[in-house]
Amino acid sequence: MSDDGAPDAAEGATSMSDSNVALLERISTALGSDAIVESVESLGDLVVRVRADRWRDAAQACRTELGFDYLSFVGGIDWQPAPSADEGSGDTSAPVQPKEQTYGVAGSAGRFQVFARVASTHVPRVGLTLKVDLDEESPAVASWTSVYPGADWHERETWEMYGFDFHGHPSLRHLYLPSGFEGHPLRKDFPLLAREVKPWPGLVDVEGMPGDASDETEAPDSAGGGDA
Amino acid sequence: MTATEPRAPGFEVDPSLYRHLADAQVNVEIDTGDMVLNLGPQHPATHGTLRLVVRLDGERVVASDVIIGYMHRGYEKLSEFRTYPQITTLINRIDWLSSFANEVPFVHAAEQLMGVEAPPRAQYIRTVLTELSRIATFLLFLGEMGLQVGAITPAFYGFRDREYVLNAIEAATGGRFHPNFNRIGGLKDDLPWGWAAETREAMRKILKSCDDFEDLVVANPIFQQRTRSIGIIPAELGASYGVSGSNLRASGVDWDLRRDGKPYLAYDAIDWKVWTHPDGDSFARYWVRLQETRESARMVLQLIDAMPSGPIMAKVPRIIKVPEGEAWVNTENPLGEMGYYVVSKGATGPFRVKIRTASLSNVSIAPWLLRGAYVPDVITILASLYFILGDIDK
Repeated sequence: MSDDGAPDAAEGATSMSDSNVALLERISTALGSDAIVESVESLGDLVVRVRADRWRDAAQACRTELGFDYLSFVGGIDWQPAPSADEGSGDTSAPVQPKEQTYGVAGSAGRFQVFARVASTHVPRVGLTLKVDLDEESPAVASWTSVYPGADWHERETWEMYGFDFHGHPSLRHLYLPSGFEGHPLRKDFPLLAREVKPWPGLVDVEGMPGDASDETEAPDSAGGGDA
Repeated sequence: MTATEPRAPGFEVDPSLYRHLADAQVNVEIDTGDMVLNLGPQHPATHGTLRLVVRLDGERVVASDVIIGYMHRGYEKLSEFRTYPQITTLINRIDWLSSFANEVPFVHAAEQLMGVEAPPRAQYIRTVLTELSRIATFLLFLGEMGLQVGAITPAFYGFRDREYVLNAIEAATGGRFHPNFNRIGGLKDDLPWGWAAETREAMRKILKSCDDFEDLVVANPIFQQRTRSIGIIPAELGASYGVSGSNLRASGVDWDLRRDGKPYLAYDAIDWKVWTHPDGDSFARYWVRLQETRESARMVLQLIDAMPSGPIMAKVPRIIKVPEGEAWVNTENPLGEMGYYVVSKGATGPFRVKIRTASLSNVSIAPWLLRGAYVPDVITILASLYFILGDIDK
C-alpha cells in the first residue's frame, strides 16, 4: 500500500537502498564506471546519468547483462524555464515556475536531456531510469531501436516534440503531428498558442464572473461587450 | 486441338487434372504484384481513428505502417500549463474507458513527492473503482472481439453487462466515463449508502456473464479457428517492444504490476492470482482478459467485504504545492502499464509530465505482427491487441 521503506526526501539524498546499490554496482561493471556521470535514488528508483557517447551501450548492457528486457518509454526534457507572463507571453493562468534553470535529479550539463525507463519482467520491483545530456546547438544521441525495437515510436515522438536527432533510427518522421508541422511543441520556448490568444481563467481570473464584486464597478454594457 | 473446335464425342478430361489446370491458370494469367490497401482513418475495428496502410501480396500482408496522431491533444504540453488538481481532469481522457485507473498513478506521483499518503479507506475505494474500470473496459473488449469475427450476440451482452459496472461507478463518483474522483491525498467523496450491496449484486451478474462468454465465444469453433495461432507475439520480443498488460501475459509472461510493481493501493491485502496463457495468439489475449475480468469481479467482492472505515482524505494544504523532485509511478491499467514521470520544481503545477501510455507501445508491435497475416486476420489481430485511440494519441 505504501512505498516500502523509501525515504521521504530522496531529493539530494546520498543514501541508497541496498538493492539500488547492488544494481548500480552491476551497471558500473557492465558499462565501466567512467560511463556513468551521476547516479542518485529518487523515491526508491535508481536514476543514472550516462555519458552521451555510451548511450547505446547503456541500453545494450541493460538488455543483455542486467536482464532489463522491457522498455517502458523514451522521452525528452527541456530544462529551460518557459517565458513567464511578465516576459510578454501574456499567459497569466499557468502555474508560476522558478525562473532559474535547475536540473532535476542526477543533474544535467545543459538544457536538453533524453531519459528512458527500462524494467525487468522476470524480477519484480526492479527498474532503472537512464538519462543522457544532449548538446544544445545540435541535440543528437544514438538511437536505441537496434536494442529495444519499441524505442522506434518513442524516439519519433521525442524527435518531433523536441527536435532531438537519433542517430541510427530507421525513419525519423512525424508520429503525432502532421508531416508539415514546424517547430518542436514540447520545447519550453514553444508557446501554447491557445493560451496566448485568450488567457484562460487560472491563477488569475481575467474575466470577472457574473455577480463578482469587481464586475459591479464596470458599466453593464462594457461587461457585455467583453464576452463577445 | 484448339478451344473453338467441337470436342470429339466422348472426350472427357480426367478429373485429377483439374487441380493442375487451376494452378496453371493462376500462374499464367493473374499477376500477383503488390497492392497497397488503406485501412482507415476510420474503420469499425479500430475503435477510433487509426490509419493502417498495408502492402499486400495477394491476400497476405507484406508490410504495414500504422499512422496515428489523428486525435493528439498534447496532454504533456497542456499539463505544463495547469495545476496538479486540474491535470486529473485532462488525464481522465487519455484512456477514456478506464478513466479512474488513469488518475491513480498521477495522483500517486504527486502524493509521493509531497510525502502524503491517502488513508486506508481511500486506498480501498480507489482499488475497488480501479478494478471496476478494468471490468468495464474488458467487457467492451469481450463483446467487441466477437463482433470482429462476425458474432453479434456477445457485443450485446458485453454492452449490457458493462452498464451494471458503469452504474456502480456513476453511483459512487457521479460520472460514468470521466469520474475525476481522485484528489491528491484521498478522494472527493465517500461511497453512498447501499452502494456495497448493489455492487455485490452487479459483480454476481458479471461472474455469471463471464461464464456465458466462456460458452458463447471461447468455446465457439469459428471463434477458435479465427483466433488460434494467429498474431503470435513472442514473449521476449513483446517485452522489448514495451508490450504490457494482458497482451504480454497472454504470451506467457507472468508479470503484473499490481503484484510485481512497487506496492500500491490495496492489492497486497486481498487474495487474487495473475492469469497467463502460453500461446501468445489472439485467442490467448481474449482468454486472459476473460479470466482477468472474472478475477477483478472476485477482487471487488473481497475488497467490499474488507473495506476499512475511517476518513477518505489525508491532511493536505488547500493550495497544492509539490516539492522539488522527480517521481516515476507506473500502475497496471486495463490496457497495460501506464506511468507518469512527473518533474516538479516546487510550483503549483508540474514542470514536465511524461505520460507513458500502454496502447502506444502495444500497437507499436503491429507492423511486425501483421507481416504475413491474411487481410481478415489483420482486423482480429488489431482487435485482440485492444487499444484505445486516446491512449495512443495522448
